[in-house]
Amino acid sequence: MGKKMSDTAVNNMGTQAQKLAAENNPLITADGIPLKQKLAKTTRKMKMRALLLTMPLVLFIIVSFVIPIGQMLHRGFYNPAVSNVMPNFSIAIKDWDETTGEMPSDEILKVFVEDLALARKNREVGKTVGNMATRINYELPGSRSLFTKTARRADKITEGPYLDELIAIDKKWDNHNLWRTVKRASNDYTISFFLAALDLKYDENGEISRADPLYQIYVPILMKTLMLSALITFLCFLIAYPVSYLLSTLPLRTSNLLMILVLLPFWTSLLVRTSAWIAMLQTEGIINDIMVYLGIIGDDGRIQMIYNQTGTVISMVHILLPFMILPLYSVMKTIPPSYMRAAKSMGATNSYAFRKVYFPQTIPGIAAGTLLVFILAIGYYITPALVGGSDGIFISNLIADHIRKTLNWSLGSALAAILLVVVLIFYWMYNRLVGVDKLKFG
Amino acid sequence: MSAQIILTDEQKYHTNLGLAALVASTVLFAIFTGSIAGTIGFFLIFGIPFFAMNRLPAYATIKDKVSKYIFMTICTLIFIFLITPILIIIPLSFNAEPYFTFTEGMLNLEANAYSNRWYADIFRFGMTDPDGTENWWSDMWNNATWVNAARNSFFIAICATILATTFGTLAALGLSRPEMPFRAQITSLLISPMIVPLVITATGMFFFFAQKGIFPFFPESLANTYTGLVLAHATLGVPFVIITVTATLSGFDRSLIRASQGMGATGWTTFRRVIMPLITPGMISGALFAFITSFDEVVAVIFLADVDQRTIPRQMFSGLREQISPTILAVATILVLISIALLTTLELLRRRSERLRGLSPG
Amino acid sequence: MKLTKLLSGSAIGLAMIMSTTSANAAGDLTVVSWGGAYTKSQVEAYHKPFIEKTGVNIKSEDYNGGIAEIKAQVEAGNVTWDIVDVELSDAIRACDEGLLETIDHSTLPAGANGKPATEDFLPGTLYDCAVANIVWSTIFAYDKSKTPNGPKTMADFFDAAKFPGKRGLRKGAKVNLEFALMADGVAAKDVYDVLATPEGVDRAFAKLDTIKGDVVWWEAGAQPPQMLADGEVSYTTAYNGRIFNAVAGEGKPFEIVWDGQVWDLDLWVIPKGAKNKDTALDFLKFSTSTEQLAAQASYISYGPARASSSPLVGKFHNADIDMGPQMPTNPANLTNAVQNNFEFWADNADQLNERFNAWLAQ
Repeated sequence: MGKKMSDTAVNNMGTQAQKLAAENNPLITADGIPLKQKLAKTTRKMKMRALLLTMPLVLFIIVSFVIPIGQMLHRGFYNPAVSNVMPNFSIAIKDWDETTGEMPSDEILKVFVEDLALARKNREVGKTVGNMATRINYELPGSRSLFTKTARRADKITEGPYLDELIAIDKKWDNHNLWRTVKRASNDYTISFFLAALDLKYDENGEISRADPLYQIYVPILMKTLMLSALITFLCFLIAYPVSYLLSTLPLRTSNLLMILVLLPFWTSLLVRTSAWIAMLQTEGIINDIMVYLGIIGDDGRIQMIYNQTGTVISMVHILLPFMILPLYSVMKTIPPSYMRAAKSMGATNSYAFRKVYFPQTIPGIAAGTLLVFILAIGYYITPALVGGSDGIFISNLIADHIRKTLNWSLGSALAAILLVVVLIFYWMYNRLVGVDKLKFG
Repeated sequence: MSAQIILTDEQKYHTNLGLAALVASTVLFAIFTGSIAGTIGFFLIFGIPFFAMNRLPAYATIKDKVSKYIFMTICTLIFIFLITPILIIIPLSFNAEPYFTFTEGMLNLEANAYSNRWYADIFRFGMTDPDGTENWWSDMWNNATWVNAARNSFFIAICATILATTFGTLAALGLSRPEMPFRAQITSLLISPMIVPLVITATGMFFFFAQKGIFPFFPESLANTYTGLVLAHATLGVPFVIITVTATLSGFDRSLIRASQGMGATGWTTFRRVIMPLITPGMISGALFAFITSFDEVVAVIFLADVDQRTIPRQMFSGLREQISPTILAVATILVLISIALLTTLELLRRRSERLRGLSPG
Repeated sequence: MKLTKLLSGSAIGLAMIMSTTSANAAGDLTVVSWGGAYTKSQVEAYHKPFIEKTGVNIKSEDYNGGIAEIKAQVEAGNVTWDIVDVELSDAIRACDEGLLETIDHSTLPAGANGKPATEDFLPGTLYDCAVANIVWSTIFAYDKSKTPNGPKTMADFFDAAKFPGKRGLRKGAKVNLEFALMADGVAAKDVYDVLATPEGVDRAFAKLDTIKGDVVWWEAGAQPPQMLADGEVSYTTAYNGRIFNAVAGEGKPFEIVWDGQVWDLDLWVIPKGAKNKDTALDFLKFSTSTEQLAAQASYISYGPARASSSPLVGKFHNADIDMGPQMPTNPANLTNAVQNNFEFWADNADQLNERFNAWLAQ
């Protein structure tokens, strides 16, 4: 409140001074400079000073956060494996027109064989035949050994026709689509990985088409991530609303005490809460034990509540709940109880007064809470990895798999880029609807 | 006056009726299930809302009271949902058996069903000779897996906290100045490490730190180093510092600065004597947030650290994935106690800050 | 400020604590393997005698397979692993991509019978960058105290009607697809021919579909014996040595079924640019000598990769159990068995894992 008042006061002074300056002769300050100029100079100086204070952190964030992510996004488009391994060939193949239906010319294939023989001797990291073979294998599964095998014999081929020699090593070389794939992959910049991340691929005719439904995984998992996040957000909202209302209506002393029950989970390690839910939900766990004890289920009818979607949803609702309660509470606290009383005194029923008077005023808190929870949920990795089993995993888990296990870094980066775009859209919405400066904890 | 007394009598009547219903249903529950623990649970779940119902206004109808009671019961259940998982691990960590659940003996409160073996295991696991007496302490300090993890966690978290708090407070001071240009844009940039999924941040850093010579003053790559982890965790802690410190500064009366300068204080003196004392509580809570962010963080550690830099959460992660043992619950219990300590500190700071700000006008 | 002093003071203190730990990193040989009973057998048979002979200190680390860490370390130029125990397909791929040091086979010690190493090692166990130490196998096992008339064949393992209950399987396409085809009646020698066709892949997944609802997926080798012991699963696929050690070492009533086993090699590789490359090579030569390979076989039921070691294989180190019949390579165990085809998996792992993940997520 105080800040706002002084802001407007400063602004008023500024505009008045400007008006005066425009109407009369310019006002002169003690050192002889027109007041307008002096004011502008001071404002600029103050702006610079404020900016300067933030600069160390901005630079730090750019170096340790923005550049790394930017580089990673670049990696989704950029994969120079083929041109690294076979520099001459990747230039030569550009002359081949794959649309004619003819195979690459003998000259191009000569360069191919020579490059392959040279590459075979190279043991430098990132520049071996294996790197190239892996790269092409992503687009044409099953072709990896074709390259490693041919590379071992490439130095035996001394004269053409080269295509026949290659076919003598393996019949697979007699395939127009194989060469088209090789040409596509010899381009350093590629959209292949983004296509793969969207369950699309280049088909036999070099056209973009949908992947076989049995191999479609990324779009379904992304959709599942969004659906489960929406469900988690909705459940958080259902649970948080009454609690926040209760907290906002209680006397401050009591509500502060109860707030600790909300904040303690918030301050407790994610891993602690996840292990707690494993203890609660597993088939030999506490909830199943209680249900067996109460006779709700039989001992052999224990319910599988963890290592599946249910486990992911329950633990994530618990983990993200404080992010919904805190914004709701801070909005509800500002709504005077007299509004509801006034509505009721004018004859509104409880539910009518709630719907028409109370609820609309809590919408800013709902927007803040739901967007925040949703944004945080989409990117979750640890909880789905630990309690999600096989069907409760999120898109983050697939990204981590490609970076840490299968080592298809380009595909992992492309998936990360897609996830990042989704998150940034919602972050932008949050900024527009709520304002990032409204974020608060406690 | 007399009307009010009559209504209060009616209220009393309702209260007594409710109490009778509660006691009766608890007794029925006890008879049917025959379990002490179950009955206590039943009484608490349905009794707490009953006793917590604050006095309703005199004109409240029975319908109002019933709906209020239902509302309070729902809230009680939600609070139970929030807090039970965290509290339940405390007794579970004293299980004498290697299970993640209560044994028969534990429920009957038999002494030998409880044991502190998992706490001993925290120190013994990974030691070369846990039963030896010679050099036991140095063996434990250097080789015990969890002890090493704890040392890593504290070291990384403290370094990251110092970095994040210093940069973050400076930036928050700039951001809260009324004349700050591009405030919205810069704030959203600085908050984004909290918003961007951790997997993306960690992947980016994983590639970035793996390159050699990215920093002119540091020729080696930062992969699998403490430096890399500290930078990563500082980045993740920054948004929390910004949010907490700007929140403190938003209630800050800027005329105090002008007053101080008007009385002839230099910029530095003003900062030290006026600004600093007012923002210190915010700064400390920001630092606590940055600390807990780093202390709990596991994704960046998975991507950026070697076994040498394993932290407590990282150790818990592989434990939960590979071989679940109650040692994890013992560690978790200790972590809960740390959280409680931090939360208490934070609450005290908040009160102090409110008191301090209460002094300033406006 | 007091706060800054406190923080910087504690940081310096911590830095000193940390410096005492990182001191032991230099000079120690870091040997990375699969953990649990397997690492234990290597510690007994390789590490301890090597330490005694050379005085070099060995730091043992666990991992879950794959070449991610090796690749990350080599590309970052910060190689902290000196020698790693890997599966064959991973060894081939890592070697193809230039991530490993090449190993000159002529420098390997001759067998105890005087045969040069290149003739003494079993066919297909020596590679440009890798030297095999053991033959291991993925089999399935069950608890015979709970299921006295347990499954006898791979087809039984996939027969949820005849053998109801949960089943443990390793999370991934490899080996599971082979198992599924053999359970569906494909002869062991034809497995990879069938799997190379799209119809064969469909057939394997169709077979996996029949038990999908009953599967509990595991990732670390230590999990399956644990899952059997806890009763979490009734039958599980596992590495044969882990089950054997649970039986011989801990007296667990588990039964191994050899029908349909898929056997594979484990090999030592040295990441390119390893800090202690020469010591690692010494360790490699020492551990793959006739005596050491034979010694390891008395701690875990994995077959030695040298022909000259076989006659020396005796009994389990602390029980009266002949190790010969427990080996995957024992003729009686090989009646219906497949050797893992590394070339097939190098070509198709990416695609088949994608399909496997899509199938899992359905």
